[in-house]
Amino acid sequence: MKILVFVKQVPDTDDVKLDPKTGNLRRDGVKSMMNPMDANAIEAALQLREKHGGSVCVVTMGLPMATEVQKKALGMGCDEAYLLSDRPFGGADTLATSYTLAKAAEKIGGYDLLLFGRLATDGDTAQTGPAVAAQLGIPQISLASSIAVEDGWVYCDRDLGDTVQRVRAKLPAVVTVNGGINKPRYATPINIMRAQKKPRTTWTAADLGCDMTKIGTPGSPSSTKKVFEPEKRNTDTQYLTGSPEDMARALADLLENEHLL
Amino acid sequence: MKSDYQGIWVFAEQENGKLHPTVLELLAKSKELQKHNGEKITAVLLGADVSALADTLFSYGADAVLLCENEALRSYSARPYQKALTQLSEKYRPSIILYGATPLGRDLAPRVMVSLDTGLTADAIDLGFDEDGVFYQTTPGYGGKILAHIVILERRPQMATVHAQICSPIEPIADASGELIVEKLNIEPDGDYEVLETRSAEKSGESLAEAKVVVAGGRGVKTEEDLAMLRELADLLGGQLASSRPLVDNGMLPHDRQIGQSGATVSPDLMLNIAISGSVQYQLGMQKAKCIVAINQSEDAPIYDIAHIGAVTDYKKLVPALIAKIKARKQ
Repeated sequence: MKILVFVKQVPDTDDVKLDPKTGNLRRDGVKSMMNPMDANAIEAALQLREKHGGSVCVVTMGLPMATEVQKKALGMGCDEAYLLSDRPFGGADTLATSYTLAKAAEKIGGYDLLLFGRLATDGDTAQTGPAVAAQLGIPQISLASSIAVEDGWVYCDRDLGDTVQRVRAKLPAVVTVNGGINKPRYATPINIMRAQKKPRTTWTAADLGCDMTKIGTPGSPSSTKKVFEPEKRNTDTQYLTGSPEDMARALADLLENEHLL
Repeated sequence: MKSDYQGIWVFAEQENGKLHPTVLELLAKSKELQKHNGEKITAVLLGADVSALADTLFSYGADAVLLCENEALRSYSARPYQKALTQLSEKYRPSIILYGATPLGRDLAPRVMVSLDTGLTADAIDLGFDEDGVFYQTTPGYGGKILAHIVILERRPQMATVHAQICSPIEPIADASGELIVEKLNIEPDGDYEVLETRSAEKSGESLAEAKVVVAGGRGVKTEEDLAMLRELADLLGGQLASSRPLVDNGMLPHDRQIGQSGATVSPDLMLNIAISGSVQYQLGMQKAKCIVAINQSEDAPIYDIAHIGAVTDYKKLVPALIAKIKARKQ
């Protein structure tokens, strides 16, 4: 079985600020990391490979520094890594991204299963997985909290909040996984070092044979017109003071007054 | 031509003949948009044996209902629904299509985005027209510390999935009527996708929506021991343990414990927020609580914008002290 896992590099923080002069995000000094749920997707792929054999390829679109994410993926146990990196890919929204990722899937070829994290922590869209499925014209299962493959079908539980749906889709298919689906294994430094020998390929837009009007900024119908900080609301917050002990006493008084004890 | 596209569409999500509550909210929001652009509001109703819902849609603000009944649309699966919406949109050319940011809406809309080759904004918390008359969708980024206006300038339709509860449904209009458009589409069921079973999610506690006291932990809760401390506090107060998104994303708590974005909406008497920064989505899920207490080391955390009581300190010091005080007073 050939599994492709799509992995994104995201900022390792929620603590972003706007540059008051330019209105742009201040990215200086912000470290990046693998999107957490993408590690769950890799873990799911590795477990499926352990059971059914085959290979796991990890695909990343991004700047050359995204190779750090690839190293981690290979260190976890993926067999091969592809980096889609080219200036014209920049500024892609989810439509352009899904086109580019689908072109890479086609070029790799022979895939049975495409795995994604349910969403990425930077954009929060959860759109890329289903959009890639649409680009390739294959079925999808989003929000998977379990995954198994049998007789050419992928079986998942979908976590819908109040209900859980048991569904199946015929391979090849896209599955997007929740954070709770498994505990990703750790990529030990020694394994990351050993994984240096694994094959790594970088592809440009020309390598993928992309229609240049469908990638990057020209291929992105959506754009950001304005970025701003949320308005502060005017709740009069009463701040507790003193030591944690003093604060605890004040809180306990409050709970008692509200008859919550 | 952009001007060939007219009208606001609301995807009337239904399951087993029941409309999803977000549909009525989207109709109300469309009414606000209509004040600006004057375009017709059409609810697009896909399914089988669902025509009875048309009257509800009229009474909550739809000028028209586009009804497409087909056996292949009886229960949701992505590809037949994608095909139906794509065909309808290509025929009628709306300028805007809105979907609830529900599990179904977020499964379907990205596929329609691809087949219509247009833009789709995810999980908008507001919609409107800016000073240039451009339709924008507001989305939070980076945990809600930053908001962005996303626009789809050149392509049509302009699509968005929209967060639940960003506005209230309008008062239903008695005996409302409107234009019913019936479409027959040639859609086949998807033989490559099958729902085998739907069951109630196992609940890891009582429903959050009913809880009088909620103790919620956020990103700052790193270990099982810290979480156990929060659970002890919740138990002492006869309340429920809950969380913002990070603890569910990393698997420390099940999905039914999540407040905000795609999670529960709560309105307890006491809402204790521990190590939660308070994203816009999270605040939408708990802002109706009577007394909001925030414990967060970072004094510029957005949670303090809506907290009644704030404690800018390390919860790992405060919570054990609080637990000790409560135990002492209960004796």
